[in-house]
Amino acid sequence: MSKRVGIEVSIALADVVGMANTDVVAAYPITPQTHIVEHLAELVADGELDAEYIPVESEHSAMSACMGSAAAGARTFTATAGQGLELMHECLYVASAMRLPVVMAVANRALSAPISVWGDHSDVMACRDTGWIQIFTENGQEVVDTALCAFRISEDNNVLLPTMVHLDGFHLSHVIEPIIMPEQSQVDAFLPPNKYPFFLDPARPQAMGDFAPPAIYTETKWAQEVNLQKSKETVLKAWKEFAEIFGREYKPVESYRCEDAKILLLTMGSYSETAMTAIDKMREQGDGENVGLLRLRLWRPFPTDELRKAVENADVLIILDRALSFGSAGGPVGMEIKSALYDVSKKPRIVNFVGGLGGRDITVGNFEELIKKGIDIAGNGSENEFEIFGVRE
Amino acid sequence: MENCTIYVPRLITKKENFAPGHRACIGCGEALAVRLAFKAIGQNVIVVNATGCVEIFTSQLPYTSWRVPWIHTLFENTAAVASGIESARKAMIRKGIIQDTKTKIVAIAGDGGTIDIGLQALSGAMERGHDFLYICFDNEAYMNTGIQRSSATPFGASTTTSPAGKESIGQFAWKKDMPAIAVAHNIPYVATANPSYPFDLMAKVKKGLEAKGPAYIQILSACPTGWGCPGELSVKIGRLAAKTGVFPLYEVENGKYSITVDFPKLLPITEYTSLQKRFRHLQPEMLEQIQQKVVRKYEELKEKTEMSGCCGQTGTEE
Amino acid sequence: MGKSENELTWKEIEVGGIVTEPGNASQYKTGDWRSQKPTYDFSKCIKCGICQIFCPEGCINQNEEGYFVADLFYCKGCGICAHECPTFVITMKEEE
Repeated sequence: MSKRVGIEVSIALADVVGMANTDVVAAYPITPQTHIVEHLAELVADGELDAEYIPVESEHSAMSACMGSAAAGARTFTATAGQGLELMHECLYVASAMRLPVVMAVANRALSAPISVWGDHSDVMACRDTGWIQIFTENGQEVVDTALCAFRISEDNNVLLPTMVHLDGFHLSHVIEPIIMPEQSQVDAFLPPNKYPFFLDPARPQAMGDFAPPAIYTETKWAQEVNLQKSKETVLKAWKEFAEIFGREYKPVESYRCEDAKILLLTMGSYSETAMTAIDKMREQGDGENVGLLRLRLWRPFPTDELRKAVENADVLIILDRALSFGSAGGPVGMEIKSALYDVSKKPRIVNFVGGLGGRDITVGNFEELIKKGIDIAGNGSENEFEIFGVRE
Repeated sequence: MENCTIYVPRLITKKENFAPGHRACIGCGEALAVRLAFKAIGQNVIVVNATGCVEIFTSQLPYTSWRVPWIHTLFENTAAVASGIESARKAMIRKGIIQDTKTKIVAIAGDGGTIDIGLQALSGAMERGHDFLYICFDNEAYMNTGIQRSSATPFGASTTTSPAGKESIGQFAWKKDMPAIAVAHNIPYVATANPSYPFDLMAKVKKGLEAKGPAYIQILSACPTGWGCPGELSVKIGRLAAKTGVFPLYEVENGKYSITVDFPKLLPITEYTSLQKRFRHLQPEMLEQIQQKVVRKYEELKEKTEMSGCCGQTGTEE
Repeated sequence: MGKSENELTWKEIEVGGIVTEPGNASQYKTGDWRSQKPTYDFSKCIKCGICQIFCPEGCINQNEEGYFVADLFYCKGCGICAHECPTFVITMKEEE
């Protein structure tokens, strides 16, 4: 039987990538992702994982090597963070458009300048339109489980898209957590070998990556969009089958104590666990109205239907963004959710906070404060389109 | 052409791995170079192509000129993509996922994609020792985007971003010595070639393919559009590039230099420059300066050859 | 012959825009770019094949008598063959 072990999340993630019998890892060091790829290099060096580890000279080349590897038909993994993700940026679009099933862990990190190695979601939000499947995780167990699911989803021949597994830098990547590591037999039952149907092969010449004149570009992009939207079916199917084997269920939008809640807080990533504690505490204290928590796990494709359903009985929805979208009308998540709810006749009043930037903690107490402030703004209004949380005036 | 070699072209394979119907400019030296290189490469290959002239003129949805597996992703990352393919196949062969078909990995790019924006990825791939052949089709500027200068543009050439003018002689820097940079990576094979010498070109491509580890070949590819010359002169101009010493033909095997098509007496560079509009503005004194440097560089190359203990063959393809 | 870029619908585009028919660009006619065409005086031809090797299009083939002739479906009329021919078989003439 699987045992719960105390293990650093990055190490556990690398171990499960190893259990997936990954063929190629191409990576470049960047904090706070380093422990993941260091451990993979170690597994390869010790002969525990039969893979090629390509110590590339940049993240741009990391993703480029991954594209080549996936096109050759190999199970391919990389990890990055922050500036590294941005250096890969143009490659990200190509990997998805060319339908190359790469799996990448992103230890989410703030963007320069000023340079910060600590966590927030600025890096991922700059990559939200790159056509990747993107899944957020909130604890070590989810990281391990999601990594395994990511291979399954990406390589499914109905999908053939790259997937990002987001884990908050330091708050998740560097903590030791109790994690149930899967048995190899469970991994093998859940994850079939990668059968990329278009692998580069002299026996079957084909051209990948043609250029498109205006007469055909729109058709290629629409085909890509339809495919990404449709991939949700496979994500749901993979999670269902994962639950059957491993007993842990995942949903695109997770609800916590929402049944009787008219006020909802929405978070993504590791801060969700702190938010839950805050909600428990507020309920125990009988502190005003009952508050529930929504956690957005599936970021791309965006789960519009699930989100609308999750908020249908709410009066107030407080959204915490961990990135600024400079010069715009809100945080990236806030704007997206407002947009998703615009056409719904009965929708909650939305209050959008941006906080937790560059590794700034949001404590249980801070969450209580944020929720109360959100309720107040929902009732009394604010002159701001969105609120910055925790800034010194 | 001497009579003894005149029928040799008929020994070259008729098999075209690069289909006609490509959209290269009329008289394109690069299309010719690619065509010849792929006669030498054959079909057991995976091609990684950087963005650039070749990529554009051989691929336009829903068509391809390639009869071998081909992938293009971006501009500056070709060597990195090739690294990924090479490593993937290595792992999958070792794990029994695919059979070892001894398939070669060939990365191709232009001078901009190689010597400017792609240099880092190429350096990384050469340093790591991936088993692949990298061919730079060097037409000495960014032709696809409209003849902008690159670091491979020769000194004095007028381009759209190094235009000759009252205060400018055109390209202000000497052509970057990329083969020397490749040699500095201690890779087994480095060469220069030119489609006007097809047998030399094909022999080098074959050697590069067979080398264990990274190989780098830079092929000068005349560009009638960018160089300002009639298309019919592409092959002649390539020949003159070698005969004047402007673009010497040599190879470096495991660090040992040899000139493969040597000319004991170089022709004056004006034989080469006078046929091309890009050099038309150069005054005699400037041409003389270039002439002296070309000769000096050629002498340096000969010294390297002598130090390597190899003697070049004289005028093998004359 | 498959559908052209003007006809393909988004549903018909191969996954990731892959082209699965190798060398299908040979359906594309480049011959109409030509302003000059090669003409031949085969009485001078020694069948050396130099014209063929230097053709950027790869469109010169041997006919039944063994003479090397450009395929005018592809020939762009660059004139390299005429310029390189050692026995001056080929003359470029204006297209009519």
